[in-house]
Amino acid sequence: MTDVTRRLPEGGAIDRSRPLAFTFNGVTLTGYEGDTLASALLANGVDVVGRSFKYGRPRGIVGYGAEEPNAIVQVGEGSARTPNLRATRVELEDGMVATSAARGPGTAMGALARAFGRLLPAGFYYKTFIRPQGLWGFWEERLREAAGFGDVPDGADPDIYERRYGHADVLVVGAGPAGLAAALSASRAGARVFFADENSAFGGTLRWSSVATDSESAGEWCRHALAELADNPDVHLLNRATAFGLYDHNFVGILERCVGNAETPGKAPRQRLHQVRAKQVVLACGAIERPIVFAGNDLPGVMTASAVSGYTIHHAVAPGERLVLFTNNDSAYDTALTWHRIGREVTVVDVRPTADGAGPDAARAAGIDIRVGHVVQEAHGRRRVNGVQIAPVGGGKIERLDCDLVASSGGWNPLVHLSAQTGVRPQWSEVALAFLPGSPRDGVHHAGAINGHTSTSACMREGARVGNEAARLAGFDGPRDEPDLPDGDDGPCAPPEALFLVPHPRPSRESRQFVDMQLDVTVADIDLAAREGYRSVEHAKRYTALGFGTDQGKLGNVNGVAILARALGQGIDETGTTMFRPPYTPVTFGAVAGRDVGEFFDPARRTPMHEWHETHGAVWEDVGRWKRPRYYARGADERMDEAVRRECLAARGGVAMLDASTLGKIDVQGPDAAVFLDRVYSNGFRRLAVGRCRYGLMLREDGTILDDGVTVRVADNRYLLHTTTGNAEAVLSWLELWRQTEWPELNVHLTSVTDHWATAAVVGPKSRTVLRRVCTDIDLSPDAFRFMDYRAGHVAGVPARVYRISFSGELSFEVNVAAQHGPRVWEALIAAGDDFDITPYGTETMHVLRAEMGFIIVGQDTDGSMIPDDMGLAGLVRHGKPWGFLGDRSLSLPEHQRPDRPQLVGLTPLNPATVLPEGAQLVKEPRPKLPAKMQGHVTSSYLSAAMGHSFALAMVKGGRERIGETLYSPQADGSVIPAKVVPSVFLEPVVDANEGESQGAPQPLALAPLPAATAPAMLNLCGDGTHEFRRAASEALCLTLPGRPCTTARDTSIAIHWLAPDEWLIVAPPGEEAEIERRLREATSAPGAAITDVTGAYILLRLSGPQAREALASATPYDLHPRNFPPGRCVQTTLAKTQALIAAPNEDTFEVIVRRSYAHYAEAWLTDASS
Amino acid sequence: MLLIRCPYCCEERSEEEFTCAGEGGIRRPASPDDLSDAQWADYLHFRTNPKGLHREIWCHTAGCRRYFDVVRDTVTYAIHSTTPIGATPATRETDD
Repeated sequence: MTDVTRRLPEGGAIDRSRPLAFTFNGVTLTGYEGDTLASALLANGVDVVGRSFKYGRPRGIVGYGAEEPNAIVQVGEGSARTPNLRATRVELEDGMVATSAARGPGTAMGALARAFGRLLPAGFYYKTFIRPQGLWGFWEERLREAAGFGDVPDGADPDIYERRYGHADVLVVGAGPAGLAAALSASRAGARVFFADENSAFGGTLRWSSVATDSESAGEWCRHALAELADNPDVHLLNRATAFGLYDHNFVGILERCVGNAETPGKAPRQRLHQVRAKQVVLACGAIERPIVFAGNDLPGVMTASAVSGYTIHHAVAPGERLVLFTNNDSAYDTALTWHRIGREVTVVDVRPTADGAGPDAARAAGIDIRVGHVVQEAHGRRRVNGVQIAPVGGGKIERLDCDLVASSGGWNPLVHLSAQTGVRPQWSEVALAFLPGSPRDGVHHAGAINGHTSTSACMREGARVGNEAARLAGFDGPRDEPDLPDGDDGPCAPPEALFLVPHPRPSRESRQFVDMQLDVTVADIDLAAREGYRSVEHAKRYTALGFGTDQGKLGNVNGVAILARALGQGIDETGTTMFRPPYTPVTFGAVAGRDVGEFFDPARRTPMHEWHETHGAVWEDVGRWKRPRYYARGADERMDEAVRRECLAARGGVAMLDASTLGKIDVQGPDAAVFLDRVYSNGFRRLAVGRCRYGLMLREDGTILDDGVTVRVADNRYLLHTTTGNAEAVLSWLELWRQTEWPELNVHLTSVTDHWATAAVVGPKSRTVLRRVCTDIDLSPDAFRFMDYRAGHVAGVPARVYRISFSGELSFEVNVAAQHGPRVWEALIAAGDDFDITPYGTETMHVLRAEMGFIIVGQDTDGSMIPDDMGLAGLVRHGKPWGFLGDRSLSLPEHQRPDRPQLVGLTPLNPATVLPEGAQLVKEPRPKLPAKMQGHVTSSYLSAAMGHSFALAMVKGGRERIGETLYSPQADGSVIPAKVVPSVFLEPVVDANEGESQGAPQPLALAPLPAATAPAMLNLCGDGTHEFRRAASEALCLTLPGRPCTTARDTSIAIHWLAPDEWLIVAPPGEEAEIERRLREATSAPGAAITDVTGAYILLRLSGPQAREALASATPYDLHPRNFPPGRCVQTTLAKTQALIAAPNEDTFEVIVRRSYAHYAEAWLTDASS
Repeated sequence: MLLIRCPYCCEERSEEEFTCAGEGGIRRPASPDDLSDAQWADYLHFRTNPKGLHREIWCHTAGCRRYFDVVRDTVTYAIHSTTPIGATPATRETDD
């Protein structure tokens, strides 16, 4: 650092009245509002901004934008630290704390590298450290430390991030001359335009271009065009926003940097990720200047010509005193003139034999020293350049020029990155001396400098034409008012001369000719790669690491390709270029996560009784996405084992109650319902009587167990099917797949009612007595209500379905009511059982109770490879059904007949107090010779309060033949647990308890009257889609069922939403569900209609106001713009991490219908998004 | 992120609303018991995995929950056609 200030006394787009203090590597410095970190560092005379990756060489700022390879910094401190930022892209903020990512030279490896730098050619690390192989891990850690990629933040990120979806007819990337013209044309055609630029200001080079219209300068035109775009509500203008990825089907990732929020972490978003789906994409990304490679070109003080102009013009920072400008083209003369205008000395070294374009002429007229036919061979200096060595092309007198700044211009590299991301390979152009984008994919267009154009007016004409065309292809082909574009002569441009590398008279200098500065790749490395046989550019890239840095070799790649081509003695077109992957510039994980962190990371589904559990000591277990009580701690001190023991004893000896609402439930309706179930279950369902329940086993086609559960025959043509909690959605998808694709002839409908029913399982010898107090219209006596019976009636005054089924082996009644009544009924049952100390119990007790009976849990005791016989369930396989069943054929495969298949058995540890860990492996001997043959593993393991000892279920090879054998489970701590193989049933179920209750009339519990319903009634209606059905249903509802997809029919009281071609959702006033169901059943008596009350299954949220649309835009990928989603439309789509039906009853209201279990999540998410 | 036209909802929707259910056009054998173990295994496990057009079944999981046929190019990811189950999807032959 020097004590000079390089800030010019006037000019620049900075606000000198607003100085900003910041620190860089611990030193306090000052910049101005409008500075980037890079311009502020240059203004303060900071030459060295980091150390190089491999050799630890001092490095300075080279570029002006995203291409910067050296000035990689971290901003912020502690957990708020953001690594991997380019100083050129960081807008200065007051109080900013910035550090170099690679500071060196503090590490041993760095010192080694500097001492022996020339001995570290490409492939050195791999060649040197790879043997012995085991040590690579050790070396890798040291090397990474030495490489200096910055420090990992030391805590959770306190910043917040936003993610939203965007939709556009035309997305224009880049707001330079071409992009601006394209956006203006497309918007005038009426298209919805998304217009993003990574800079803080729009306009690019147009803002100081000499082109003009008859009445306006370029700057004025630019301001007016931007004002017009900003006024158009269908144009989304986004500055500081980098389009980093162009994915399939025009899905574009754009990262917006929200400035000014550094001081308030956690309040306003730091970054916003826009996921934009565009019908047409216009890439007007422009081009970045390519440097020329010469010896010593990595010294601080060597920059690109356009970077020198950029800092001088925009930030009033002259990064040196005396400039040598080295070029092969005319554009660099603008920099020479800029430098001359600020009154500083410049010498132009032009490789071309003559320079006679408008730029050179103007420079000559200004008296600038121009050396044509010369090259810069080498830059001299240690921590900063202090002179250059120049020589005539083709040899001659070597001359030294003193200078403190060298700028080079080797032509322009179009920013083909996004184009290449779509798989389109860039092509070398000998005319433009650049890789131009290949023919774009459908829906993608290129305009402006990306196509190799250098003239501003040509870029604008092309931009306007392409913008028009993109709008036309997006469906906007009406008349429009064409913009009047600025025009003008950019001056006759003399052609550039190909020059990528200046050969040095001394070959040893090849190791100081840097191609990729971020990864320290030199000309010597590329030559070595060529000599060692890496002929493909992709291989040479990987061998030398060229372009592998976080800058993706934006400055170095093309020079590297040209140098490789020279070494291989072939053309650049033949050599080709490597491809680019997203992201164009690094994207923080925080932005990708958006608000889906913390409580929103994974939605928690809640049962209707969630609050009750919470206030009664529930300790939660995550089951799938559900929150289920694992046990209820009585008091703060009760441990899990104590609580589980207490809960188990209550269930076996008194009465206990489980919230079983999370079980998956599917309403199966239709004349072919019985046939359908017969095909999907391994056991029979056609002969199941109405009012009876049956346990069923569902197999995959390969014979393995998919799911199990109890199915109830509710009516002749109606069943209620239960699935395991975690499998509900997979089972429904599986059943729908068969119904829709293989068996469309079956007249059957499936409706998920998981969320509709709240289920309380009342368990234990006293359960009948307790239930009697709140259920008077069902005869609960053992003879009238047998095991596996189903009865409908009322519980606590609420319509209820009661099943006498048992997952505990005890007398048990499962009470099901619509979810909105769940808390009332649950609390009534608790009150009714009060004098028996009715005990709520959780999943842990449920597991113990069922394991004591030898009941399996699919997914715990089975692992996806088990067939029914493995689990001792061969009795549930009924071969010879009319159609057979899914999985039938596979059961006879030889693999499934092996006698040594794993079989379910019980285990009792020899020490009755020892609980085997679940998942523990079993072997034959206590200290077997290794490798030992596994005999099986423990699947469930508990301490039994009823039996007074520990026990387990296990899958053991041929286990049923091995009862009585002792197996051993070696533990990680070296101990061995011996256990005896026993049958898997430990306790016999209570067939029918005679709990010795007092005969005579029960004493009904006094209950508060049922309050009037407040939430809307909802019914799911499925039909065969025929005209007759739709007419009958429409008449019953006094409203025509909507036939158009994704629309809603509405009158003053009800709304009918289209869900599918044969499915609708009816939303009616509160309390009307029974009456509407009755009317529909009467009207559609013809078979084929399925009517399901789903009032309990959904919650309707109403959102209105301007925030509503914005909040929803961050939650759903669906386009809710009024053009696409006018009143009357409805859509089923994803909403954050759940799903919803969204309807628009009018212009500024949205109805969001979500499943009840997700309501808390959805509401909290949307509230957070609108705050 | 693909954009897939649901043939029932009659509009293009984002891939995140859908799930892919594997190769399409595979019918369950009418009489599994008449097949050899090898033939049955072929139905169970073997799929075509072509480079180019591929017939698939997708489900509009977050939407109308209906399955449909998709013909998708496994090289370009272009969606060639989406059709309701039962309709004949455009194949390579009919496309030429």
